[in-house]
This record gives sequence, structure tokens and C-alpha cells, in this order.
Amino acid sequence: MTAALASKSPALKRRRRAPGEVLRHNVIWVFATAAFVYMLLPNAIVVLFSFNKPNGRFNYTWTRFSFDAWLHPCAAPGMCESLGLSLKIGLIATVASTVLGTMVAFALSRYRFRGRAGANLLIFMPLATPEVVMGSSLLTLFVSLRLPLGQTTIMIAHIMFCLSYVVVTVKARIAGLDPTLEQAAGDLYANEFQTFSRITFPLVAPGIAAGALLAFAMSFDDYIITNFNASNASVTFPMYVWGAASKGTPVQINVIGTAMFLVAIFAVGIGRLAASGGRRRAS
Amino acid sequence: MTTLNPGRPVAPRSRSRRKFAGAPIILLLPGVLWLAIFFVVPMIFLASQSLQTGSLEQGYAFTWHFSTYSDALSTFAKQFIRSFVYALIATVSALLIAYPLAYAIALKAGRWKHILLVMVIAPFFTSFLIRTLAWQTILSGDGPVTSFFKTTHLLTVTRWLHLTNGDQLLSSPLAVVSGLTYNFLPFMTLPLFASLDRLDPRLLEAAGDLYASPITAFRRITLPLSMPGVVAGTLLTFIPAAGDYINSELLGNPNTSMIGQVIEGQFLRVSDYPTAAALSFVLMITIVVIVALYVRRAGTEELL
Repeated sequence: MTAALASKSPALKRRRRAPGEVLRHNVIWVFATAAFVYMLLPNAIVVLFSFNKPNGRFNYTWTRFSFDAWLHPCAAPGMCESLGLSLKIGLIATVASTVLGTMVAFALSRYRFRGRAGANLLIFMPLATPEVVMGSSLLTLFVSLRLPLGQTTIMIAHIMFCLSYVVVTVKARIAGLDPTLEQAAGDLYANEFQTFSRITFPLVAPGIAAGALLAFAMSFDDYIITNFNASNASVTFPMYVWGAASKGTPVQINVIGTAMFLVAIFAVGIGRLAASGGRRRAS
Repeated sequence: MTTLNPGRPVAPRSRSRRKFAGAPIILLLPGVLWLAIFFVVPMIFLASQSLQTGSLEQGYAFTWHFSTYSDALSTFAKQFIRSFVYALIATVSALLIAYPLAYAIALKAGRWKHILLVMVIAPFFTSFLIRTLAWQTILSGDGPVTSFFKTTHLLTVTRWLHLTNGDQLLSSPLAVVSGLTYNFLPFMTLPLFASLDRLDPRLLEAAGDLYASPITAFRRITLPLSMPGVVAGTLLTFIPAAGDYINSELLGNPNTSMIGQVIEGQFLRVSDYPTAAALSFVLMITIVVIVALYVRRAGTEELL
């Protein structure tokens, strides 16, 4: 792969290079490939071990090939329920944090007002706070107010930490907009609503989608904050996996891990296709 | 938390936008309120909890009990220092791994750029707990990685450096730190990529034309221009790594436990809320101070 990449790189074709330079050009690919191996090896293990049929309760050593886990993904007791809860919480947290976060992003990037710096700081703080601090502080709040822990408290926490990610993503997109497009709409007698719905919103939409995707990924994958604000009756998928790590890991966990990986690649592919289609229409 | 002034557009782009002055308040209020109630207020509760005495069953009373802090810090100083040392090593390792990777993707990959970028992001979408469990498999005693370390006598070296213990890679500081490095690698790579991708390659050509050696060109041009990415990436790695307890729990042993583990245990197992709150609060303050000093020193304040 490295060689193919290097030979196809246009920078190499442009002019002949001294042997030392060619070597230097490839050294970076040695490092990059090593980094990719480091990053992707666990995923490869997750996929491989989803076809394992272990003897004991733990899926740590390769025993023999089997499709069992793929054919019976819900055979592990409690896992599919936890998955359903994670999806539900993830969807609600994504919708809420995307709506709130997009509004905040527009306010922060389109208006100047007293307290704007403070609002920016407030958005930044959750990103700079370790999860264990956010989780434990929310727990003290809920315990002090005698709010019962459960799905609602998990959702409150997830909306809180997803919000900042959405704001940052959407703000970056708004900052990259070409202001002349909106001016042109105004010059063509579009009113504010028309300019927003026909020009601004469609241009910002990919940023909102990226923010929503990020929010869902963060919510779906969160363990630390969730664990502080959950009860025994509200076990999310990461909590299930954590519990399994000490009690015995069903192969089905790897099936879900693999499926998530595939769905993510599929979603990114669709997103890229949609983006390139959009560009073609626009041009 | 703040009084919002009637809004004035940043740049008056359309005539009509000026009409409605309350727009920023309405746009901001729900999100800002949510963060105020569920981020700022809990911090105040946390600070208050740390100064209370009592128990979960009998209730707490606020007593300005500052000695909770000194007791907690003297008992758990080891875990505290260990957390920051591990987070620092993981951050530096992640930077050393991610920089060449981001550089290759941004400046050398050509039309493969987007595919390689997806390859950086994709692993992130499999639950990180599952991936950390996969590290248990990879580093397990009968795995190929352990036998490689054994045959090359690297294991002897790491044992001598106290990075591993006994005949295994798992349950060791080395496993915890490499797990931390691995888990936060995308957080390091993406900001680095973002700043390197904006780098104008003509600047490097100009440096070459002016007889700068490649190393000089890197040191004087590439590195300074990628500093915003370095700062963002190191913060995005260091902050979660310092508070993480997943890696030390799944890949470590009792002698590698980090402060996050202590806080979680004090809250959820021991139910010693004041101690846990004090530790949590100190962790928060320490990180805010480190981030503020670091950002000021690095001189990039427009992180967002």
C-alpha cells in the first residue's frame, strides 16, 4: 500500500528526486503505516473475535470459527435491551443537543453582545473538563435534589456534554461561509426568512449534520458520565460492556462492535456521496 | 450568568437582520441555561459537597471542613501524580505518532487524503470499551505481541524500567499508557491534520529555493504553522487522559490506578462523597490551571 501511495503521489512525478530525498519521502509513510496499524489493530481483533466460539465465558483467546454470534445477536442476556436504551438516549440527546447547539452557534457567530466572551467560555468549559468531574458533579446535584437516577438523568447529562461539541462544529461551518452569498440574496429582495431557509441553512446543514453525528457518537459511546448518573434499571450498552468485562464477555459484544464500525463507514460513505452530489448540483 | 445586551449583527449582512434585537437572547437562552444548570450549578454543588461532613444515610451538613482536602490529597497523592504523569507520557507519545501521520495525510497523500482520513475516524465509531477490551486480547500472555517482546528481550528491558512486571505485558504501566495513547490518538490526529492541511506547500518550496535544508524548513515553517493543531491536539488528549480510568482499570493493576478510579470508587463504592468531591474539584482546578498556563505560553487563544 505504501509503495502504491508513494508512486501515485503527484508530488513525486513532478520532478526527479535524489535517492536520499526519495527515501525521506517514504520514511513518513513507514511512520504513517505503523500509526495506522496501531489504530486499526484493535478493530481487526474485534471483527475477528466476532467469529470466535470460546469455551469459557471470556472471549479472549481464539478457539474456533463460528457464525453463532452473528446469527443470534440477542442471545446474550440483557445486551439488546441495553443497546436499545443506548440508541434511544443517543437519539434524544442528539436531537436536543443539535437543536440547542445550532441555535447557540448562530447566536455566537452572528451577533455581538455583552457577555459573548462569557458564553464562549461556558461552551468551552465542558470540553476542558474531565468526564469524571462532570459525571461526579452531576451526581452530587441529583443526589442533593433527591432526583432519582435513571434514563432521565442520563439524558440530561448527555445533552449537556454533547451541546458543546455541536456548537463548536456548527460554529466552524458558519465561520467558513461566504458572506457574499447572503448579501446577494438580500440584493435580490429575499427577506430574512427566505435568505435563511434558501441560502444560510442549506450551507450550514453539513456542519449541523456533522455535529449531530458527533453528538450521537459521543452519547452512544459514553461510559464514565453515564455510570455516575445511571441506576441498575438503566443499563446502557457501554455499561453492559463494562459489566461484561468482569463477568464474562459474550461474543455478541464483538458483533455489535463490528456492526457499529460498518454502519459508521457506510454513513461516512453516504455523506461523501451526498456531498459530492450536492457540489455537482451546485456547479 | 451574563446580561445580554440587545444584539448587534457582527457584520450587517442584510437589512432585515437588524430589525429584531432580541434574537441572540432567544437563540442563546435554552443552550446557555442548560449548561448553566447542568454544568455550572453541579460544580458549585461539588465544591459545597467537598466542604460538608456527614454520611449518605444521615445527611450532610455544610461545615467548611477544609481538612477533607488535605486528608484526601495526602491519601491519594500517589494516584494523583501518577494520573498526570501517565497523561503526559500518553500525550507526548500520541503527538509523536500522530504528527507524521497527520503530515502524511495532509501533505503527501494526494487523492488518497479522504480515504486515509476516514481510516483515522472510523475506529472511533466502535465503542472504545470494546476496543480497549481488544487490547486485553492483543497484549494477553499467549499472544504474538507478548512472544515478540519475549524473544527480542524487550520485555527484560521494560521490566528493568519498571514498565512491566513479571512475564507479561498486560496489567502494567506500559499497557495503561499505550492504551491511553491509543484511545486518544484520533483527538490528536484530527486537529493536527486540520492545521497541516491549511499549510501552503509553496511556503516549503520557497524555503527550499532559499537553501533551507528540509529540517530547517520543518523547524522554521511547518512546525510553527502547525502549532494551533499541536496545542488543540495535546489539550484534547491530555485532559481526558488525566481523568480517564477505563484504561487503568482494564489494562492495569492496583499499582497503576489513576485518580479517576479513586474518584469513581469513593463516589460509587465507598460512598464517601466529601472526599470524592474534593478530589474531583482538585482535579478540575489542576486541569484548568494547566490548560490556562499552557494556552498562554503557546500563545494560541483562538482555540475555538
